[in-house]
Amino acid sequence: MNTKKVVLSFPPSTVEDPIIYHLIMDYGLMVNILRASIDAGKQGRVVAELKGDDNQLKNGANFLESKGVEIEPLTEEIRHIEEKCTSCTSCVPLCPTGALNVDRETWVVSHDADKCVVCLSCVDVCPYRAVTAHFQ
Amino acid sequence: MAKKKVSKTIDDINQRIREGKVVVVTADEMAGIVHAKGPEQAAREIDVVTTGTFAPMCSSGAFINFGPVQPAIKASSVSLNGVPAYAGLAAVDIYIGATEPAEDDPLNGVHPGQFKYGGGHVIHDLVAGKKVELRATAYGTDCYPNRSLKKRVALQELSSATLLNPRNAYQNYNCAVNLTSKTIYTYMGVLKPNCGNANYSTAGQLSPLLNDPLYMTLGLGSRIFLGGAVGYIIGPGTQHNPDVARADNGTPLSPAGTLMVMGNLKDMNPKWVAGVSMLGYGCSLAVGVGVPIPVLNADIARFTGVSDEELFTQIIDYGSDYPKGEAVSLGTVSYAQLKSGTVPFNGQDVPSVPLSSYVRALEIADLLKEWIEKGQFLLTQPVETLPAGKMGMA
Repeated sequence: MNTKKVVLSFPPSTVEDPIIYHLIMDYGLMVNILRASIDAGKQGRVVAELKGDDNQLKNGANFLESKGVEIEPLTEEIRHIEEKCTSCTSCVPLCPTGALNVDRETWVVSHDADKCVVCLSCVDVCPYRAVTAHFQ
Repeated sequence: MAKKKVSKTIDDINQRIREGKVVVVTADEMAGIVHAKGPEQAAREIDVVTTGTFAPMCSSGAFINFGPVQPAIKASSVSLNGVPAYAGLAAVDIYIGATEPAEDDPLNGVHPGQFKYGGGHVIHDLVAGKKVELRATAYGTDCYPNRSLKKRVALQELSSATLLNPRNAYQNYNCAVNLTSKTIYTYMGVLKPNCGNANYSTAGQLSPLLNDPLYMTLGLGSRIFLGGAVGYIIGPGTQHNPDVARADNGTPLSPAGTLMVMGNLKDMNPKWVAGVSMLGYGCSLAVGVGVPIPVLNADIARFTGVSDEELFTQIIDYGSDYPKGEAVSLGTVSYAQLKSGTVPFNGQDVPSVPLSSYVRALEIADLLKEWIEKGQFLLTQPVETLPAGKMGMA
């Protein structure tokens, strides 16, 4: 079982198709949508985590491409700016995966990119603007 | 033969500072010392205990004089980087408040508002050496004919700039939860529905007023660390209320004393006066405050030796009770419990976090300790200690 975080860009022609449904039902992929912005009739952009075996991921990717959906790997998503961070911990309870966590011995807040699902809950919550989102 | 009880004066301690003999520890360290050696011996060995706190403190702001201006102006409306300042003072005196949002801020028009820039950010930018745009308008008088002014100013060019915070360093504060079914956005941070998290805001055993719970050593004229520079307590802060229920160790079980503080903004460091944007709530200023407690006797040693296990606060519902102005305690919890990461409440373990930076609080206490040890910072005898309310009438 592999997991890939991807940014899917939907062309206008596909925006009203149930593409995610097909990914799940026809290709057996587990799809965790982290962020979605869709304008009916215009375009769509979905940040998602796709989970499946190599074949499922490959077939799913082929299906997406056949529909004209661009797939880009998601990298370097959330930046934790340590110089600005005061370790106030405001972000910690809102981080669903524990990627932003506080060491209860040192009281220093840190960000574990491997655990981050880019839900962006932390970005606006940070009083010091020490967490920023970057999509590549 | 029993040893004589310890009784020192601030002059004695200052003499030891000058001689390089002073013994200073942080309140964190003092907890262990008093626990191990008892208050009498701790008072014999330790001269000063340093405390610290760093958190958003909304009741903060700066008095600025931006004169002289040619031609002369009696400003009636002033903004700094688009943030309105209070100008109902003399010709070129203003007060910029920490929570004032920028004029064009959408506020909570799209909820929750982001409050990206406000008075706290202006103060931070000035301290960081950035120029800010000052705009002033006036109705014009015979002696002050100028009706408008627009210029970029830097902190060091201003004739004076004084941080004067009406209420800082609250002695204890609520632990906030949200019992409604919707996420709420408060000055205690974002509170998830159905008691999804518990936010508190204190440095606990490092917090200034929790180490002098009965206000025996602090008051008007106490020299302190403020925003990275030397500042002063200038009296009780607004809402100072000594008459609340207290534990046997004298510490209040709910919000009690507060400090009004001032210091020269020009001497401060941007690390310790930081602009804050609280989602859905507003702008503010995080302020670093560090207070030295002179260990004059065993009683004060005992007070400064307090630890998180012995400090308590109240759980308050910010979803329904607090907004109605009917905040009632839903339970008492110790700071040791809150710091552990979860608090038991209504049969669930609720994740708990401080909004106050313990890392920065500790850094302040360490810095102040260093200043005193190096002889750069002498203690002062307050002209008048903080009001002790009914406790002082015994």
